Amino acid sequence: MKKTLFDKVWDSHVVDSIPNGPQILYIDKHLIHEVTSPQAFNELKRRNIPVFRPKQIVATADHNTPTENQHLPIKDALSRNQLEKLQQNCDEHNIELYALGHEYNGIVHVMAPELGITQPGMTLVCGDSHTSTHGAFGAIAFGIGTSQVAQVFASQSLLLKKPKKMRITVNGSLRKNVLSKDVILYIISKLGTDSGTEHFIEFAGEVFENMSMEGRMTVCNMSIEMGARGGMIAPDETTFAYVAGRKFAPKGADFDTKIAHWKTLKTDASAEFDIEYTFDASDITPMITFGTNPGMGIQLTENIPTGKDVNLEKSLEYMNFEKGASLLGQKVNYVFIGSCTNSRIEDFRVVADYVKGKQKASNINAWLVPGSQLVAKQIKEEGLDEIFEASGFKLRQPGCSACLAMNDDKIPDGEYCVSTSNRNFEGRQGQGSRTLLASPLVAAATAIAGKIVDITIPVLEEV
Amino acid sequence: MSTFNTFTSTAFPLAVENIDTDQIIPARFLKATDREGFGENLFRDWRYHKDGSENTDFVLNHQQYSGSILVAGHNFGCGSSREHAAWALKDFGFNVIISSFYADIFKGNALNNHVLPIQVAPEYLNSLLQAIQKNPSTEIEVNLEAQTVSFGTHNATFDIDPYKKMCLQKGYDDIDFLVSKLSKIEAFEQQHIY
Repeated sequence: MKKTLFDKVWDSHVVDSIPNGPQILYIDKHLIHEVTSPQAFNELKRRNIPVFRPKQIVATADHNTPTENQHLPIKDALSRNQLEKLQQNCDEHNIELYALGHEYNGIVHVMAPELGITQPGMTLVCGDSHTSTHGAFGAIAFGIGTSQVAQVFASQSLLLKKPKKMRITVNGSLRKNVLSKDVILYIISKLGTDSGTEHFIEFAGEVFENMSMEGRMTVCNMSIEMGARGGMIAPDETTFAYVAGRKFAPKGADFDTKIAHWKTLKTDASAEFDIEYTFDASDITPMITFGTNPGMGIQLTENIPTGKDVNLEKSLEYMNFEKGASLLGQKVNYVFIGSCTNSRIEDFRVVADYVKGKQKASNINAWLVPGSQLVAKQIKEEGLDEIFEASGFKLRQPGCSACLAMNDDKIPDGEYCVSTSNRNFEGRQGQGSRTLLASPLVAAATAIAGKIVDITIPVLEEV
Repeated sequence: MSTFNTFTSTAFPLAVENIDTDQIIPARFLKATDREGFGENLFRDWRYHKDGSENTDFVLNHQQYSGSILVAGHNFGCGSSREHAAWALKDFGFNVIISSFYADIFKGNALNNHVLPIQVAPEYLNSLLQAIQKNPSTEIEVNLEAQTVSFGTHNATFDIDPYKKMCLQKGYDDIDFLVSKLSKIEAFEQQHIY
């Protein structure tokens, strides 16, 4: 039978199948952080069972970490306690932890690919919905709840029903100024936040084939915002080149063997999907969200939808926007460039390229938060920090930061933030905060102008 | 874990679509390291005004509603994987959620905490919401064995994975099962490529 990429990876990890029930899926890598792991460790203790495969677990501190003065003790007692618990639990169970200050510390979905922990054909899980990010490598990666974190601790496996398969193909070439974030915001705006539920998505077509690994990670990261369990992109030369030479990547002959296997990880011609969608790259222009879920997105030059819909009305009331209005010219006081969606080196290069020689608007508080210590290091090595400083931006220290505001980085009540993060839910970036999701380029342009501006390239100017 | 099969309860109607986990339990309450006590912050920013006073417009604060069932709009539990959302609902006293659609991770988390997510057709959901709003003492009967839900003369069946149904009925969970399979998992590891 012809198999999809998803079938190939899934089927090779099935330990056992229960008749009329779920399957036991083996997990190659388990990533953990401070927020969703403590109760799972408690559960193991309560049952008096050990961690089955501690060497296949990697821990990092990210959600609660401050983005300034990371060398000082964390002020917030509850955050500090959660990080201390993570340290204790990792010490007790012999789990590798990249704690605050460690050269490999960073957002779990940024640091694991950077270190070569994420590899094609693997299964990876983490108690965080954006684990879907790692699917960019042709891995099956998905977010799990804390009870499941405990299950993986106890057995390195999960009991699961095999999800359905969806393929989203985008062919053609992207217009200038259209980034991977725009592609995924466009897809979600067309299909809706519940469209991927019960499915694993394979992103296929020229647009994804031509995308960098960073861009692919952005796309797969937000597949959860369509409700999908995860997103995947078939591994190719771009993938192999990214993995090669990274700290935990296979080396020498082992790497060659792995590549031979990874090359087989693509959907067979005529393999079947439960559902398919196709889009044309030329229809996509820079995007922005106006509402309170990631599906409420429009192209920068479009107007907010009209029509009678209680959910639309509820969200516009929260955002204080009018039906039918344009967002161009909308004043904004905050810009956040960071989060597991857009805090990789490529994102900061895009921002630096745009802001070079320009000055940040005086009304803007811009938070530039790298995804990891390695990204922060690279920013310095490439001199991007000097560009940011000259333009009036301040670079902060790595972490999840204002994506979910568990640390001090909160957008004040009622303020607008153009954010490169993944969720514009009510209160997500702080109680009463109003989030507009966009690409790093749109965020950079907003920071310079102090308001939302059009960066779309008119069709007539195209060659 | 407790077991359950049939029960009857009144319900709270929360007719909002796409209720995300950040609304069910905001991120600032995720700093705890145990599972208890999340109920007091369930729907925190909808239940309370910013000054801490009660929002009397919010359904959980309406005196006429009570019970252990939450009836909610389409795509309930979207967003984060935080199991704290399921813990908060359970801690507040909900055993059953009824909606026309659930986000995957939330659904799994609910089941793992023995909160039953019942999926019904949108039309059924609408008539149920209207019935409760009209008469808050409307009783809903849930029968897990028969996989039925009913109120008045309106009956519906719902799907549930047979294994998960057994877990709910017997108070069993996945860890028990997986630990019983460790030798099989070890054998798998011997021939596994990674």
